[in-house]
Amino acid sequence: MSIMIVVILFGSFVWKVPINDIDFRAKLSTPSFAHPFGTDDLGQDLLARMIYGGKISLAVGFAAMFVAVVLGTIIGAIAGMSRGWLGSFLMWLADLFLSLPQLPLLLVVIYLFRDSLKSVFGPEGGVFIMIVVVIGGLRWMPVARLVRAQFLSLREKEFVEAARALGASKTRMVVRHILPNALGPVIIAATIDVAAAIIQESTLSFLGLGFPPDIPTWGRILFDARDFLDIAPHWALFPGAAIFLTVVTINFIGDGLRDALDARRVM
Amino acid sequence: MNENEIRGLVDSVKDGRMDRRAFIQRMVAVGLSAPIASQILVWNGVAMAQSKLEYKPTKRGGGGPLKVLWWQGPTLLNPHFAVGTKEQDAARIFYEPLANWDPDGNLIPVLAAEIPTRENGGLAADGKSVVWKLKPGIKWHDGKPVTADDMIFNWQFAKDPATASVTIGTYRDVEVEKIDDLSVRVKFKIPTPFWADAFVGTRGSLIPKHLFEAFSGAKSREAPANLSPVGTGPYKFVEFKPGDLVKGSINMDYHKPNMPHFDSIEMKGGGDAASAARAVLQTGEYDYGWNIQVEEDVIARLEKGGKGKALISKGANIEFILLNHTDPWTEVDGERASLKTKHPTLLDPAVRKALQLLVDRKGVEEFIYGRAGIATANFLNAPERFNSKNMTFEFNVDKANKILDDGGWKRGSDGIREKDGKKLKYVFQTSINGPRQKTQAIIKQACQKAGIDLELKSVVASVYFSSDVANPDTYTKFYCDLEMYTTTMTQPDPTQFMLQFASWEAATKENKWQGQNISRWSNKEYDETYKASVGELDPVKRAAMFIKMNDLIIADNAIIPVVYRPRLYVINEKLRAPISGWDTDTGSLEFWYREA
Amino acid sequence: MGTYVLRRLLIAIPSLLGISAVLFCVMALAPGDPFGELATNPNVPPEVRAALREKFGMDDPILMRYWHWLVAMLQGDWGFSFVSRINVDTLILQRIPATLAIVGLSQILAICIAIPVGVYSATRPYSIFDQIANTLAFIGFSLPTFFTGLLFILLFSVKLDWLPFVYRSDLSATGLQWWWEQFKQSIMPICVLGFFQAASMIRYVRSAVLDVIRLDYVTTARAKGLGEKVVITKHVVRNALIPVVTLVALQMPAVFGGAIVTEQIFRIPGIGSLLISSILSNDTPVVMAVTFVFSCLVVLFNLIADVLYGWLDPRISYS
Repeated sequence: MSIMIVVILFGSFVWKVPINDIDFRAKLSTPSFAHPFGTDDLGQDLLARMIYGGKISLAVGFAAMFVAVVLGTIIGAIAGMSRGWLGSFLMWLADLFLSLPQLPLLLVVIYLFRDSLKSVFGPEGGVFIMIVVVIGGLRWMPVARLVRAQFLSLREKEFVEAARALGASKTRMVVRHILPNALGPVIIAATIDVAAAIIQESTLSFLGLGFPPDIPTWGRILFDARDFLDIAPHWALFPGAAIFLTVVTINFIGDGLRDALDARRVM
Repeated sequence: MNENEIRGLVDSVKDGRMDRRAFIQRMVAVGLSAPIASQILVWNGVAMAQSKLEYKPTKRGGGGPLKVLWWQGPTLLNPHFAVGTKEQDAARIFYEPLANWDPDGNLIPVLAAEIPTRENGGLAADGKSVVWKLKPGIKWHDGKPVTADDMIFNWQFAKDPATASVTIGTYRDVEVEKIDDLSVRVKFKIPTPFWADAFVGTRGSLIPKHLFEAFSGAKSREAPANLSPVGTGPYKFVEFKPGDLVKGSINMDYHKPNMPHFDSIEMKGGGDAASAARAVLQTGEYDYGWNIQVEEDVIARLEKGGKGKALISKGANIEFILLNHTDPWTEVDGERASLKTKHPTLLDPAVRKALQLLVDRKGVEEFIYGRAGIATANFLNAPERFNSKNMTFEFNVDKANKILDDGGWKRGSDGIREKDGKKLKYVFQTSINGPRQKTQAIIKQACQKAGIDLELKSVVASVYFSSDVANPDTYTKFYCDLEMYTTTMTQPDPTQFMLQFASWEAATKENKWQGQNISRWSNKEYDETYKASVGELDPVKRAAMFIKMNDLIIADNAIIPVVYRPRLYVINEKLRAPISGWDTDTGSLEFWYREA
Repeated sequence: MGTYVLRRLLIAIPSLLGISAVLFCVMALAPGDPFGELATNPNVPPEVRAALREKFGMDDPILMRYWHWLVAMLQGDWGFSFVSRINVDTLILQRIPATLAIVGLSQILAICIAIPVGVYSATRPYSIFDQIANTLAFIGFSLPTFFTGLLFILLFSVKLDWLPFVYRSDLSATGLQWWWEQFKQSIMPICVLGFFQAASMIRYVRSAVLDVIRLDYVTTARAKGLGEKVVITKHVVRNALIPVVTLVALQMPAVFGGAIVTEQIFRIPGIGSLLISSILSNDTPVVMAVTFVFSCLVVLFNLIADVLYGWLDPRISYS
């Protein structure tokens, strides 16, 4: 993973082929010395595009996952602890977001916020913020539900009772005792959300919500390659593998995180 | 090509020095549609060719099932409500017009006994009326006879605004009167050179009076026959699931001998174009796939399977780039791109000329559209091999650079040209669609080399093409510098089509951006030529006028034509289907058959 | 318990009303109209489009349109589709069987794969079986369904020519033959969807079981001399099921909502493809009907999940 990050960050200094150099003669060529990852149907160099797109895809994937997980955990925790109207309201909110059809919602977002965000944060910053907020904002509900379910069960457990009896404050109880034990599903959700966000970014750009169409992200490259799967399998292989490696890595980080937070390690 | 030259050609056809097909090709070459060319000949007394659609079977039926794939499923079956081509295609399985267009632009009688001409008294000399006669003995699928009353009813049904039909444009300005049980006279308010619109082709299908009479006007939606059509076509209705499936079975009483060949038809909808091509070319699960917009590489590869091939039908659709003639970045009276503004840089002829040179149409044709997009210099269009002598195109970055240098546009420190503090930086929008984004990328790269910076923008098709007044991203608002889309010419006559450049049609806030002139180009000579063409009866003169209009648009670089878009379809190796670019794909469905 | 369910159902009514209002606003605000296809056709005069908009009441204020919709809906009138001009309920009823069959079976498949594999992996963490299962799961959710679907088509339809990839809702065969053909055309979409769901579910099940397996009471149960099988099935799985129930409850509404991408690839005439084409053409009545039923199911399954929590872990209180 760290190798991948290094490649993505510094690769563009080593591999200087421009990402949008169209060369019809070299189109769909298989990996070779001139094009280590081969080329796409316009003869653009895939390695250069993968490196360039990697920065965006990873940034979007992590940031959106972070938004979804943090939002989901907080809302789920509050709903899980609250016994009053607040919990009901938050679950209503989750239900609402779950039932909203995404496509019209996204179109509304583009319509209402694109230009104002662009003017405040510049074209690229604005698009980035919008994508992260949109993807994160549409993926927190499962996390919230999972966390709430864990909380409902955990808050009645003996060790929490014990902590309560010892006079621990509510916040301390949640942060020190309940949350670490509810973290399992959260970490899984995080790994899944990174992959989903990278892929979803490409569908967003088909709605005109993502980055401009000439910017290659991993999801986009994978999507563009699908009709050429039997002609030029290399085109799809590299972005697919990159997303897979990212997911595996996040998972290791997640496992490490859980082990660090939890004294009772497995094995 | 001017009026005299056309007359010379007509004369050579008359005395046999030139055959009619060659004449039509010459006319098509200067940008006229084949039907118009054919009409020029009819007007001058050269009879329309007997249409020679090939049909070999010698008995009705016995062809087994016909399975066709439309990757967007039809959503309704009433031809008067047919929103898009997919609905027209589906409706044509069951309903038929009086006549339709063959690939060469000749009218073929379907329900009509004959095509009206001046010789048979069908066409009035003053161009103000036309007589249509029904073939005797035709029956609706339920056994009731088809009569002139049905024709009158279709006219009344379509022209009623409460019906909300999409064919209203064809029927509201004509009067239809009954002559006898089998014939009607269509009367026009003004002399109308192009009379073959009402009751012809996609807008001419007849629905039965006895089933729709009670549901005219506001109740039109409730007609049970909307969902279970009873027509005159080669197949009878069996089943319809909107967006998914249309099924028909053979009509044993069909009014043309030995037709149709197939025992049943199944039109499946949904999915995407690439997999539709796969199902026809690679696995052979289906016999025919409609409107395949897929990269040439993919199609060529699939064709190697040997189960079928990809073919084109030529109409006059064109993919082109509009240059905004007003300023999209300044708001005047609550409206951007207002007619009161002028574009700061695009009005410089040197810039427009340079842009014209920076579009690599050959590259776009060869590497993106393949057979389905032919590089062109004309707006009013024709296949490239008969290319207009008047207009040519080239792709030449050096020449573009030179023109810009000569025009005083100097490169700034960032490599972008500027003059008087105005930079050549443009926003270039189009709808979201694979080939379009690739075309954008190719143009952007060429422009970069010439010191012009393009920001690419793409909008979801359903938003881009909507008539939503509140949305700034619609193509009619054109709130950016350049935009690209395909304009379709579904009617062989260019009158409506050429309205897109008349100055009074400019899309503005006042007409809710429903005006058809979206580039807001205006040219006095064009306006006058257009007005003169409207009442002109002599087709030769009209033809010359349309050619002149095309040349005016192109010579001024008002727009940049990119590729001319024939429709590409995929078809089983053994299936024979005459498909005309001037009609829907199923327009001559009765002629489809499978080679043994 | 009974009163709890009753109370929750009563709360559901205003919350569904609220959801429907938000849905309607989003739909009304979303740009576009159903007549886009008329737009690029210069032969259709622009007034026609304007007249159609007016006829369908699309230019009325949002509140009024919502009110009309709500009143009609309460009377059982779902309205008619702007695009195909037929009643929405007819349209939806046509689509339900395919969606129920495909999405429903794929959910069952996902559960049937995920629970045993997840539990087995967790009981032997870091074993070879666990490693393989995890790798496959990672691949499973790294690859989007549009991709795996195509891969399946290329393999089974094109290369091997075993299975058809166009789903037909009108198979002409009867009896056993019909079942066989139905099976052949359904197996690919079911697997594509099922594997995708299973991939993420395996991870959740494994993690949930791992969380429980190390708790004291499991050790106690083992110490009591109970067999490993009994410990796992009786004590571990039951307690580990809470996240699984949550997930399944989250997924179940999709049985009605359909799976847009998979339906598109295999041309399955399900609710998902109806929804997406209606959304793209701004066919508000259809979109409203589908999403509203969908949100009812979301709320219902959420309630079911809450009730099940109590059954799985009796200490969870219904206050």
